[in-house]
Amino acid sequence: MKHYEVEILDAKTREKLCFLDKVEPHATIAEIKNLFTKTHPQWYPARQSLRLDPKGKSLKDEDVLQKLPVGTTATLYFRDLGAQISWVTVFLTEYAGPLFIYLLFYFRVPFIYGHKYDFTSSRHTVVHLACICHSFHYVKRLLETLFVHRFSHGTMPLRNIFKNCTYYWGFAAWMAYYINHPLYTPPTYGAQQVKLALAIFVICQLGNFSIHMALRDLRPAGEWPAPGKGGMVVGRLGKGGSHLPLLSCLPGSKTRKIPYPTKNPFTWLFLLVSCPNYTYEVGSWIGFAIMTQCLPVALFSLVGFTQMTIWAKGKHRSYLKEFRDYPPLRMPIIPFLL
Amino acid sequence: SSYSFPWLVLAIAMVRFYMEKGTHKGLYKSIQKTLKFFQTFALLEIVHCLIGIVPTSVIVAGVQVSSRIFMVWLITHSIKPIQNEESVVLFLVAWTVTEITRYSFYTFSLLDHLPYFIKWARYNFFIILYPVGVVGELLTIYAALPYVKKTGMFSIRLPNKYNVSFDYYYFLLITMASYIPLFPQLYFHMLRQRRKVLHGEVIVEKDD
Repeated sequence: MKHYEVEILDAKTREKLCFLDKVEPHATIAEIKNLFTKTHPQWYPARQSLRLDPKGKSLKDEDVLQKLPVGTTATLYFRDLGAQISWVTVFLTEYAGPLFIYLLFYFRVPFIYGHKYDFTSSRHTVVHLACICHSFHYVKRLLETLFVHRFSHGTMPLRNIFKNCTYYWGFAAWMAYYINHPLYTPPTYGAQQVKLALAIFVICQLGNFSIHMALRDLRPAGEWPAPGKGGMVVGRLGKGGSHLPLLSCLPGSKTRKIPYPTKNPFTWLFLLVSCPNYTYEVGSWIGFAIMTQCLPVALFSLVGFTQMTIWAKGKHRSYLKEFRDYPPLRMPIIPFLL
Repeated sequence: SSYSFPWLVLAIAMVRFYMEKGTHKGLYKSIQKTLKFFQTFALLEIVHCLIGIVPTSVIVAGVQVSSRIFMVWLITHSIKPIQNEESVVLFLVAWTVTEITRYSFYTFSLLDHLPYFIKWARYNFFIILYPVGVVGELLTIYAALPYVKKTGMFSIRLPNKYNVSFDYYYFLLITMASYIPLFPQLYFHMLRQRRKVLHGEVIVEKDD
């Protein structure tokens, strides 16, 4: 069997960082990354970007050496992606924050409102209802992160956790402050408005969950990745940082199948949009905004909607690129419109 | 091109006023209409950046234009008692000289006849003018604070049916604080541009 030699150079300085000889032809990039880590332990595989051209695109972990356009001595260029953190860790942190923070305001913990309000309770039913909905939403997200979602990338750059947590935690505190305020004003149309909004919220939560389950079932565990020697490890970081294979409707994940409606009526939205999970998510927050009649909630919904639209459009574009027979009726996030 | 014109008009008006009256008091009032009219025009700047006529990044231009519009409309226009502060003259002078230099630079560049002095001015004047302008703006906002607190202007209090509140006083404090991270970034950006243009230095940009 013909063996390859692999030299790894720094993409910026062209300094020779590592030389590997007797590399098997069917070795994957992931395995090469593991070998590279042995000589440079500070660059664990998740923070390595290896490419054929210093300014080119990163090679994928599952790419096989002999299938690349290289001679028997392959030159790869290395870029440090910076400290990485696992998706699971980021999600758990960014969702646990709002859950906890909202409750601080709900229970009117001292130093938030005036002292005479410490540990008092709102006299409005909608305020209690809002707490249940908000808490349910984030508990659902935490459980989905632990048991439902399958992440194709193990990690993201460390600075993302600060950015994401500022967003989630900041908005949660801002919303919670007004909803649980002693001077909170209940919705203009009273119980009717609250009931309608609650219905929207519940339907969208069920819808969002149904889509997550449908996406998870698109590819059962074990089928992915494509067989290479020993399978693929993408970024194992600490306890619980190991990923599960597969994909979900996340930006950048590699799709293999077009999602279709199942027997669950909530999934029928797939007929009209590529990312119904985002559609339902926006719907939930609109429901919550109507229920609480709180402008900060509406602003949070708007910002979230903007971000999810960007993600949905990206996802939609990659579906269209990958599948010739992609259903033409589908829009990215809003049926017929967007 | 024609964008230097409003600033030249302003500069001349300011000099004339001071020569006639011998004081800066009332200066703002006399030039305010011109200032507001042309400053709002500056929104076109952002469009130019987007189309690519001007080689500045949209974000940098956006920050500059927003802060100018903020100062003109939300501070000096809305808080009349501070219009006669010396700090107002400070930032008006800084803005005027900066803009005349900058637009002359663009005009001559487009005409392919760029005198070295204009290039030199565009990349050196800012070293003094930027900090001077910032000091003028900050002092003006600081002077406005007591009036804002007293009148409660631009603020929404609880309770109200949209369950939101906004305190312009604290907003101004936060705005003043935001100069701390923002100003150095803009300043060092200009310093880098200066090294590149005047001294032909090749700057290796930080990778993302």
